[in-house]
Amino acid sequence: MSAHHTFTGRAVDAAGWSALADDFAQGRKTLSGLWGDRGAVHMAVLDDKALEVVSLDCADGSFPSVGQRHPPAQRLERVISDLFGLVAEDAPDTRRWLDHGRWGLRYPLGSARKSDESGDPYGFLHSEGHGLHQIPVGPVHAGIIEPGHFRFTAGGETVVRLEERLGYAHKGIELLMSGKLPGEAARLAGRVSGDSTVAYSIVFVRAAEAALAIEAPRRAHWLRGLMAELERVANHLGDIGAICNDAGFTLMHSHTGILRERVLRAAQAAFGHRLMMDCIVPGGVLVDLSAAGHEAIGELVGLLRRTFPPLVSLYDGTTSLQGRTVDAGVLSPELARTFGCGGFVGRASGRDFDTRRDMPYPPYDELKFEVPILAEGDVNARVWVRIREVEQSLSLIEQILDRLPEDEVLIPLPSLREARAGLALVEGFRGDILCWLRLNTDSTVECCHLRDPSWFQWPLLEAAIEGNIVADFPLCNKSFNCSYSGHDL
Amino acid sequence: MRRLLLEGLLRAPLTEAAPTPDEVALAELATTVGRVARRKLGRSLAIREVDAGSCNGCELEIHALNNAFYDIERFGLRFVASPRHADVLLVTGPVTKNMREALERTYHATPSPKWVVAVGDCAADGGCFASSYAIAGGVSQVVPVDLHVAGCPPTPEALLKGLLALVERQSEAARSS
Repeated sequence: MSAHHTFTGRAVDAAGWSALADDFAQGRKTLSGLWGDRGAVHMAVLDDKALEVVSLDCADGSFPSVGQRHPPAQRLERVISDLFGLVAEDAPDTRRWLDHGRWGLRYPLGSARKSDESGDPYGFLHSEGHGLHQIPVGPVHAGIIEPGHFRFTAGGETVVRLEERLGYAHKGIELLMSGKLPGEAARLAGRVSGDSTVAYSIVFVRAAEAALAIEAPRRAHWLRGLMAELERVANHLGDIGAICNDAGFTLMHSHTGILRERVLRAAQAAFGHRLMMDCIVPGGVLVDLSAAGHEAIGELVGLLRRTFPPLVSLYDGTTSLQGRTVDAGVLSPELARTFGCGGFVGRASGRDFDTRRDMPYPPYDELKFEVPILAEGDVNARVWVRIREVEQSLSLIEQILDRLPEDEVLIPLPSLREARAGLALVEGFRGDILCWLRLNTDSTVECCHLRDPSWFQWPLLEAAIEGNIVADFPLCNKSFNCSYSGHDL
Repeated sequence: MRRLLLEGLLRAPLTEAAPTPDEVALAELATTVGRVARRKLGRSLAIREVDAGSCNGCELEIHALNNAFYDIERFGLRFVASPRHADVLLVTGPVTKNMREALERTYHATPSPKWVVAVGDCAADGGCFASSYAIAGGVSQVVPVDLHVAGCPPTPEALLKGLLALVERQSEAARSS
């Protein structure tokens, strides 16, 4: 079984780099990541189910802007400038993004230099027109949610423009990882976005295992898959309820809240942690599934098979609820495709991509499942994709429980003889998460980049909300449910 | 829908018995909640949650407090949308430097008497992010903290125990004042 993809890294010159930007702009290839390094920039290029890392040496401190031709790259280039001080030439937007002028230093991952912590002014984009007014929201919001700032410009009740300002949750995780052994760094990876702790752990350990050229035991792969599907079900249940709640339909929220709690309790029984944090490590998993854990998850699936369908009927049969979700926050298939938007946001706008199927990794290469796709791109479609994905995940969990192979669950890590890089792409509940890392000869992490699916979803929320009423923003926002912490890193 | 509602009426509630207030929390609060507590608060506390840079794991478990198993509102505890309405700030995360000013402003926007509960291991001392250039530290580095709830993330039960200790202590203080 050859589980790791052969991710080739390829050096290009500035012309080759710009040619790729054209490929993205023309829709021939998809940009899956763009990040900085010391004296270099890298891109992850998705080309018909093959992922490639392309690197450009930029010893002079600059590189040709991809964002100039391909807007999805713009925020990523702003981050490269913030963290490394590398400049995207002719970039259309040079405002700082994660760096709010509060860190006391500039370019923390490049040639760091001291600065004050008084904060930079930020120039929001202008909107002109008769009677327009601005509504600033955040970073502290009204609900129990993460920090971020939304600047609405509205004409009456209608949103004319939304501009996001993020970065408030930036914790400097990439620098924290450097110098740590893969096992310690995995703890940090599991805390990039707590709701995706399993998926982040998997993508990090897969990249580390690729660099170490080892393969985790088969049973460990299957247990990782089991945890990933439990995480997906828990999050989708939470989201379905929360979207309905934001449409004023609390009954659904109460019921899905109960089901979500049951999933977390089964996870606690089976793996010793409600969110399954720190269960997945390089070389395998720390917790084997006991007979009691097996039974707890089996009972959970039985319960969900009985109790979830009536809730689906409830959603389907409540026209007042659908009056809010149908045609709200429409994301066009063109934008979803251009941005390489993953997860339920992309799949509800016709982008037929799921890492588990298109770039399969164990155990998904041995399991049967379907990838639900819708084209409407509204809040309703994003609810339905989640509903169908819950059903598929339940089937995946059943298959894993039925056919869980007997094997050890953890192997020791070898020592490295040379510095090595590793790359992985894994399907979290929100979409595809990318991890690229390089290990030193002493096996410590030299550098690690983690790209959350939200990078290619947040900008689309700005597009989807345009023309909707301000009061529908919570509903549209929840239907996207982008990660702040995963994005801010 | 009628069937779901009817079943909800006929079935025994899922809500679990109240946990006893956390002893450690009571001890910590004994030194912080004193004469300031006012009788007029009664046994009801309005909570404003502030994410000062968490990974969102704590938020998931705080959300869970509202589900039928924990049903936090039966204790007179409820989440409110503005610090202006709040008695308690429930703060999560290592405080990022990008969030420090927002947290300070939220604290000052909350009317006295007020309490700050720092939720999770990161909120105690920055946790595994403490040494980063982007982190100001634990919550107490930025605003005064009355109570810490440990865990990564704390379970809903641990959160409930801590908050109940706050209610207990506060009403005791009110009686004795």
